[in-house]
Amino acid sequence: MTPAIRVQREPFDATAEASALTDGRTDIGAVVTFTGLCRDEGGRLAELNLEHYPGMAEAEMGRVADEASQRWPLLGLTIVHRYGPIRPGEPIVLVATASSHRAAAFEAAEFLMDYLKSHAPFWKKELLAEGSEGDWVDAKREDERALARW
Amino acid sequence: MRALYFAWVRERIGKAEEELAPPAEVATIGDMIDWLKTRGEEYAYAFENGRSIRAAIDRTHVKHDAPISGAREIAFFPPMTGG
Repeated sequence: MTPAIRVQREPFDATAEASALTDGRTDIGAVVTFTGLCRDEGGRLAELNLEHYPGMAEAEMGRVADEASQRWPLLGLTIVHRYGPIRPGEPIVLVATASSHRAAAFEAAEFLMDYLKSHAPFWKKELLAEGSEGDWVDAKREDERALARW
Repeated sequence: MRALYFAWVRERIGKAEEELAPPAEVATIGDMIDWLKTRGEEYAYAFENGRSIRAAIDRTHVKHDAPISGAREIAFFPPMTGG
């Protein structure tokens, strides 16, 4: 199983990504897709701008994907992460896992998201609805703590 | 070696990358942060909480005690906020 890893500026179609994992296959019993979306923070936020480290972003996503493939019996895995300007309602990140049974698909997807949050080199900067440039989003302590369970 | 800066580290220093030749006594990432802080007030500002800055050598995460000898590309950045 070779994970599909993509870093891209344009939006993605989560449904199409999940279908691509199962098309023509009869051995997959479970697909979990997680999509992280840009939210408007109660109307305060106009846009997120995601900066990334080209080259390392793909490398780190690949390392985390390999780790997940070793820990769970995955039959398919796709990770897509966007960069650049992203407006509220648009998708930011996709993790799709396929396996024979649901436990592996659920657990691997959660593991992947926990690790992407604090290991993939992306940084979010806010643009506020009032038109001014906001701050860089602070890393959350609970994101770091979430890794402890794995 | 090539140094890369991201997010507010980049903004505070005022550049995204540069070629650097640190003196021989700069052996680790931690040493390099201390050395960078002496290069001007913009660097001192970027690394004022130097311990919280993350680093990567040749696109792999490293801790501050990691040796920098042989590194081609060293990146400095704040804790990541992807996902």
